[in-house]
Amino acid sequence: MNSFAWASARTIAEAATAATTTVSDAMVASPDAIDGGTKSVVKAGGIDLLDLLKENLLTPGTVVSLKEVPGLDAVAEEQGGGLRIGSMATLANLAGHPVLRRFYPALADAIQGSASPQLRNVATLGGNLLQRPRCWYLRATEFHCLRKGGGHCFAISGENQYHAIFNNRPCAIVHPSTAATVLVALGASVELTNAEGSVRRLLLEDFFVAADTDVQRENDLSAQEILTAVLLPPVPASLHMAHLRQGEKESFDWPLADVAVVLELDRDGSCKRASIVLGAAAPVPYRATAAEAVLAGKRIDESAVREAGHAALAGATPLDKNAYKLPLFEALVRRAVLKALA
Amino acid sequence: MAADGTTRTEKFPFGIASVGLGEVDRQVPIDEPPPLAPNAELAVIGKPIPRQNGRAKVTGATRFTVDVTLPGMLYGKILRSPLPHAEIRAIDVSAAARHPGVCAVLPVARSDDPSASVVRYIGAPVAAIAAVTMAAAEEALRLIRVDYNLLPFVVDVDKARESTAPLVHDSGSVPPGHASGFPAPTGLPLNGNVRGPAVASRGDVAQGFAQAGVVVEGEYRTQVQTHCCMEPHAIVADWRPDGLTVYMSTQFTAGVRHELAAEFGLPLSRVRVVVDGMGGGFGSKSMLSKYGRVAVALSRQAQAPVRIALDREEEQMDSGNRPGTWQRLRIGARRDGSLTAISLVGYGTAGVGLGAGVGNIAQALYACPNFETAQFDVFTNAGPGCAMRGPGNTPGAWGLEQAIDELALRLSIDPVVLRDRIDPSPVRREERRIGADRIGWQHRHAPGADPGPIKRGLGVAQSLWGANVQINSACEVRVMRDGSVEVLSGVQDIGTGIGTVLAQVVAEVFGLRPEDIAIRIGDTDFPAGPPSYGSRTTASITPPARTAAWRVLQELYREAALALNAATGDLTASAGRIFVRDEPSRGMNFGEAAARLRTDQISAVASRSDDYGGFRRRMGDAALAEQDLGGVQFAQVAVDTETGIIRVERVVAVQDCGRPINPLQIESQVQGGVLMGLSYALYENRILDQHTGRMVNPNLEQYKLAGPREAPAIDVVVLENYQGQSATDAYGIAEPSNIATAPAIANAVYNAIGVRLRSTPMTPAAVFAALGKVPSGSQ
Repeated sequence: MNSFAWASARTIAEAATAATTTVSDAMVASPDAIDGGTKSVVKAGGIDLLDLLKENLLTPGTVVSLKEVPGLDAVAEEQGGGLRIGSMATLANLAGHPVLRRFYPALADAIQGSASPQLRNVATLGGNLLQRPRCWYLRATEFHCLRKGGGHCFAISGENQYHAIFNNRPCAIVHPSTAATVLVALGASVELTNAEGSVRRLLLEDFFVAADTDVQRENDLSAQEILTAVLLPPVPASLHMAHLRQGEKESFDWPLADVAVVLELDRDGSCKRASIVLGAAAPVPYRATAAEAVLAGKRIDESAVREAGHAALAGATPLDKNAYKLPLFEALVRRAVLKALA
Repeated sequence: MAADGTTRTEKFPFGIASVGLGEVDRQVPIDEPPPLAPNAELAVIGKPIPRQNGRAKVTGATRFTVDVTLPGMLYGKILRSPLPHAEIRAIDVSAAARHPGVCAVLPVARSDDPSASVVRYIGAPVAAIAAVTMAAAEEALRLIRVDYNLLPFVVDVDKARESTAPLVHDSGSVPPGHASGFPAPTGLPLNGNVRGPAVASRGDVAQGFAQAGVVVEGEYRTQVQTHCCMEPHAIVADWRPDGLTVYMSTQFTAGVRHELAAEFGLPLSRVRVVVDGMGGGFGSKSMLSKYGRVAVALSRQAQAPVRIALDREEEQMDSGNRPGTWQRLRIGARRDGSLTAISLVGYGTAGVGLGAGVGNIAQALYACPNFETAQFDVFTNAGPGCAMRGPGNTPGAWGLEQAIDELALRLSIDPVVLRDRIDPSPVRREERRIGADRIGWQHRHAPGADPGPIKRGLGVAQSLWGANVQINSACEVRVMRDGSVEVLSGVQDIGTGIGTVLAQVVAEVFGLRPEDIAIRIGDTDFPAGPPSYGSRTTASITPPARTAAWRVLQELYREAALALNAATGDLTASAGRIFVRDEPSRGMNFGEAAARLRTDQISAVASRSDDYGGFRRRMGDAALAEQDLGGVQFAQVAVDTETGIIRVERVVAVQDCGRPINPLQIESQVQGGVLMGLSYALYENRILDQHTGRMVNPNLEQYKLAGPREAPAIDVVVLENYQGQSATDAYGIAEPSNIATAPAIANAVYNAIGVRLRSTPMTPAAVFAALGKVPSGSQ
């Protein structure tokens, strides 16, 4: 870890002004660069940031804490329905939040299944969405990979058992946030506030950046911009949802695969709209549009479930060591659809 | 022996308590106590006494080596090789030496010394710094300039066996023996990267296979497992003109003292090794190790105490590991199950080190007249292995116990019944009976019988481990005039609770409570204790503790006898009193007897005598008891054939360790052994990037250890197996409880899904491959 200055922002404007770079940009550097110079990065819960600092993957001049900004952790129901979650709300608070548990149970499940109790007490939703991928090549300074400004993805020809099975060129990371899997399926948006106080809102799905668009970042956050809130759309009674994750183990582990299913059902029980998102499958949460198409406009019976599971994997390009994810995802999609209907 | 007056004949309880006890005559040295009654007749021994330092540990009061701070202490850091195989052409430490706060700089690799100019794995020490702060030490490390010449390397064990593979060692660099105090066969041939074979045989294997009605043959693999001690390897070395004191997280204070004395040319009397709290070792903290030498050398250079604590990445890459193995087993049997021949070929890799054999379990567990084995070490450019909980027999059992399971299936004999026929041990017979009953073995069904995607299965496997004893083990017991008692030994508590066990043994002698005994251990200023490896601590140190206490008690009896006007031989000590055995009212409190002492303190030191029935083998300070240790474990698993997830629902572990002294602590150790075995079977794997030789998961996030949610219900049963071999008749439990778990799980997986997984870890990828759902290469 390098020596850095500490700044505690009191307002969003103060934080945004101070945040002269994003973590992603700050990590694009020669691996030998120790001096972070004048670059400042934002810290929310600090779970990921501390890892990056300790591994010397990030050597900022200043760390700007959001902890003292008032109200950033508020969770509020919005007029006209929907929920506004402040980006500093902790995962522990969200997992137990009565509104989430009642109206967005898939999200509460996904958050409850993340990390460990200790981490959830400190980790924030904003930090969870913005955390860097867990790819072991990205996480070691010895591998100067594409995502850090290098010329090579070590995973594609290397140890890729935990890597992407979709859109895995030129980089095979998987997006690390399980909450994001559900949020994308729900059609959630993010609110980004810059130093001048102007706000942009965009769908979380559009906020994420595919590896073949820009391999050095997973999202569209700019320098001097703060992720201030996550906005959940209202949930009509016709909406059914489920999230399933499968880790190699259940204690403190990242999922091998996770699946979020949101179904909007007609009064006759047929599926008006399906949203099926796969996590730990691609560099950003992966929308299984072929599976969604299978269910849309149909009464969901056993064969439709089976077909959706199969369709979810259409176009997968597994690597040497991760073909096992195909049958695993197929099973999880089937089970998540059934769980949503149950 | 009895005739020369140095021994007397005594009758000892003998046999398995749950089966029925008999007696055996033993020759006991005249200065050792009379036979200890079976546990049922004792007050303290055999009772579930809570760990004496448990509260201190969970409240954070225990002082571990990483907590030791001395005035003026410096922080040491080691620069490690970023390359898997390189010649060091030059090391320039000048800028590091000038860095503010740096007090000592030590090259470890040397360009001018051919024996030290090559690094052979990523993480190999190159140089070291001691500085006033950790940050200064880390900054200075980055200022060391090393000119490496990358050499060809190989990290894959199969590739390393090829004749064209890059050579890991030259003739001068091949290590002479195992890294953890286990004797290695010397003088074995080296061909390329392959050293060996170490061979053993009996009978005529070809003839044995000719007699067989059924032959099973299989190849088994085990991954490299790392020790993952909760407390990292740590040392604070304090070099002073009048001697060296070392605080170290170690499994063997006395051994480290010997190593330090030899390495630094000091008399034993000027070297002191101390350990208080210990956060696990599992074999990896058996010796001084390179980092320990570095810390002492830095302290000598800086003339100040130096602390080195490895970080987790250093732990994972260079603190030892359980070697990976490959083995091919062939077993022949007659139709009735009797074995006719076993043939075992093994190739394992301990990286640049030795010790990758698969043990003696195939050789010794079952009756089989014809046996042969050839075991090879394959060098790779990876961190050296060392002993890890049940070295050899743990990977060995993975192969053997699955092969026996497969044999039972081929013979259409129940796996428990087959073992009843071929396993001569009466102890394991009883363990199988108890375990089969507890797990509900009679309800075991055929593979794949469950209707849904989740298939359940039951499996059994057995463990075998030598009952090791350290002869060079001593203990002192003191009684003070105020009635307080203390027990002193260099023996260390590595987390197993030996201090509590010593208190029980001493308390039983004096008729006191365990909490009345002050425990002072983990310091070479006390009589030299045994190492805490090889499951030998309890077997080695409890007999001298009881003997020393008994001798002190005789002295106390002499004072009490005078006051009570009784014969010393008529006295007994029980419930805090010393009194006339047949007239309990004629007596006094223990404290009143102590108050009559002529001096403030009386004391006796005793050492470990030979087992009363003799040893099977003596090896220097160590010996192997006549009887083996073992155990039988049963596992119940649920395999989700759609996700590939294996969940271990239940393990029944029936173990033996001679006389159990503290059932609570034994249960805790067996649970640890089972969890470690489960983690080995399903999750753990040191993964090296084949293109760079670098471990990609050198942490506890991506190196996967079983956690609370993976823990099955563990049902522990411990036999009382009396052999009349020492003053306590107690032996060890740590390793035998780890050996059978993984194959028991694998056999249960077979029983669940009808497919055998022959490699660890059994990941979802491996399950899908076995089920034919993905190509077998994709895991």
